[in-house]
Amino acid sequence: MKFIPLIWKNIWRRKFRTTFTLLSIFIAFVLFGILMTIRYSFSFGVEIAGADRLVLIHKVSLIMPLPVSYQTRLEQTKGVEVASHQTWFGGIYQDPSNFFANIAVEPDPFLKTYPEFILPPEQVEAWRNDRQGAIIGRDLAERFNWKIGDRVPLTATIWLPKSGGTTWEFNIVGIYDGGDGVDKTQMFFRYDYLDENRIQGEGQVGWYVVKISDPAQAVELGHGFDEMFANSSAETKTTTEKGFVEGFAKQIGDISSIMIAISSTVLFMFGLVAASTMAQSVRERTSELAVLKTLGFPDSGILALVLTESLFIAFTGGLIGLGLAWLFVQGGDPTNGMLPIFVLPTRDIVIGIGLMILMGLLAGLMPAVAAMRLKIVDALRRT
Amino acid sequence: MRWIAQTLAVLALNIRTIPARLSSSAVAIIGIAGVVVVFVSVLSIAAGFQAAMQSTGAPDRALVLRSGSDSELTSGLSGPDVDVIKQAPGIRRDGQMTLAAAELMVIIDLPKLATPDAPANVPVRGISAESIPIRKEFSIIEGRMFEFGTNEVIAGRAASGQFVTLKVGDTVVSGQNRWNVVGLFEADGGVPETEIWIDARVLQGAYRRGNTYQSLLAQLDSRDSYDAFRDWLTSNPQLNVSIRREDEYYATQSQALTRLIQTIGYGIAGLMGIGAVFGAILTMYTAVATRAREIATLRALGFDTGSVLVSVLAESMVLGLIGGAIGSTAAYLAFNGYQTSTMNFQTFSQVAFAFRVTPGLLAMGLFYALMMGLIGGLFPAIRAARLPIPVALREL
Repeated sequence: MKFIPLIWKNIWRRKFRTTFTLLSIFIAFVLFGILMTIRYSFSFGVEIAGADRLVLIHKVSLIMPLPVSYQTRLEQTKGVEVASHQTWFGGIYQDPSNFFANIAVEPDPFLKTYPEFILPPEQVEAWRNDRQGAIIGRDLAERFNWKIGDRVPLTATIWLPKSGGTTWEFNIVGIYDGGDGVDKTQMFFRYDYLDENRIQGEGQVGWYVVKISDPAQAVELGHGFDEMFANSSAETKTTTEKGFVEGFAKQIGDISSIMIAISSTVLFMFGLVAASTMAQSVRERTSELAVLKTLGFPDSGILALVLTESLFIAFTGGLIGLGLAWLFVQGGDPTNGMLPIFVLPTRDIVIGIGLMILMGLLAGLMPAVAAMRLKIVDALRRT
Repeated sequence: MRWIAQTLAVLALNIRTIPARLSSSAVAIIGIAGVVVVFVSVLSIAAGFQAAMQSTGAPDRALVLRSGSDSELTSGLSGPDVDVIKQAPGIRRDGQMTLAAAELMVIIDLPKLATPDAPANVPVRGISAESIPIRKEFSIIEGRMFEFGTNEVIAGRAASGQFVTLKVGDTVVSGQNRWNVVGLFEADGGVPETEIWIDARVLQGAYRRGNTYQSLLAQLDSRDSYDAFRDWLTSNPQLNVSIRREDEYYATQSQALTRLIQTIGYGIAGLMGIGAVFGAILTMYTAVATRAREIATLRALGFDTGSVLVSVLAESMVLGLIGGAIGSTAAYLAFNGYQTSTMNFQTFSQVAFAFRVTPGLLAMGLFYALMMGLIGGLFPAIRAARLPIPVALREL
């Protein structure tokens, strides 16, 4: 503890150099935070995907419809807690660049399937009572400044209304919330409203999400479903929700590897800056270190002194950087809805702190060992 | 003249002594090279995707979709609609044939070769006999064209390279359907190269689509016939359609993804650039500090402050240029022509493309590197020029 003033003095021996080293590490960790956030948003919430949920899609592909009659058959299967279906609506609010997901569901099975969507009971009740009712995520509500009671028109791209034209109107009856990683940019409205009023496609749904009571049975149940609907007009392919989301993410490409590659480049670049600074700073102090040794400082003490200094720089720059990245992410998605989940996961914050320690140690190691091995006589003679 | 000679003399001295300060110079060079690699390679993704999308379509062809649809997939045209549309003025006629092709799109799940465990949305286009003469860029490169009325298909060159079971002789299995791949085609590197083509009527039957289509592609008499064609269709009360020039349609489809990649690319490269400038400042500051005595000596000998300033700046820019050249070369060697495919959200289909490290991107990368060098050198240069001679000479 008593060496803190000494370390502090050493760190600020050259203010200019320390400041810019700190700034470099700061930038490195701002970038690390943002890159990890992008990586997480392209995983589409796979980490919170329910192990107890199965997704049934048409065997040909997701865009082919399934009959609504499968609902009853799924519900009657042993081991199924609740079966719910979803239908992609693809409606546009004013302009295609305002894209957000809007999906037709049946309120009760839907909310039972997704307990992580939090909706106040009176809003659930309101949704049950309003055929044109729709619920929206907190982020979506903030994006367009929508409130409960608002009437929102969407332009249909797929399902044209029987009443003519292309516009469907919805009443916002609820705003759902959820923890980190829950997609709060979606809109859900009632399937019966869609089905009764669309020109074609009656009795068809997009896909099913089935909540099962025992996740250990997932594979077995999945095979059972696919067999049940085999040789029918609409064969199915069942996967766990996790598998489904992973598959979807893979369609985009390996964003994860790209982000990790860029992060590594960044950390290497700026780690090098830190290392070079430390090396220089130790080189400049050769004689001082020799004096310390003459005064009886043990080798390990010298090692600790230099390492602490380098750790301090890595930590200060890194923590401020990661903190700023976190603040930036709190501000929400800057790309206007293209990244529905915009969160810096706790896991990556922990990894970031680990990387700061690693960077501090690696940057300080060589100079610290060099300082430790200094021969007093040589070092004092050098000047 | 004397000033220039002085500057050049100091600069030559600086550059010749870079090897002596190798480790500190390397920090700046590696930093700038890292920024340029990331900058050029991320933007080469956007450039490649955009190139694939924009080399598709021609201004003298028009695409007819149902009103309100923003892509072929969400559109729908009935058989009778198609018959009406074909009567529109401005469509080129070639003997008996009206050059207007009704087409149908279905997406099927096929795994990518790179990720065999995960299915990808591969577009299947049901085409009419007219589709081929309209697309002059189309040509078979392997095998042969499919026979209409059979379950034969042909696959785009890019699709064949990205997804399973799309080589000549393979069988594509989708649900209960089995299709034989009899040929591969190319189309100027455009979007259709990621598609599978089949007889529209066979596709209608396979997926119970009845006599419906999703789009109609018309070859116009000329670019200028577009307005007449569009006006006739939009004013026809029997129809509820929207019309676009084909090239504009594909350009629109590429906007969202291109913008996303560019935003991410510029954002990351911008932040990294700031960091690299800090690195360069540190390097140049060290360079100036270790040579304080030399610089002071030069100035005591009568060298101008201006030439000292410019020479430090120039040294920093040389470091930037070296970093930029290393970065650009690395990005070019590693990524140019790298084949991949991604899902375009606007069409919900896979598009295959190759990363394109274009000369423009390389130039931008080098320019950016020079700027980082310039800004990084600025403060140290001013410091060198202002160094009080007696103090500097007394140092050490």
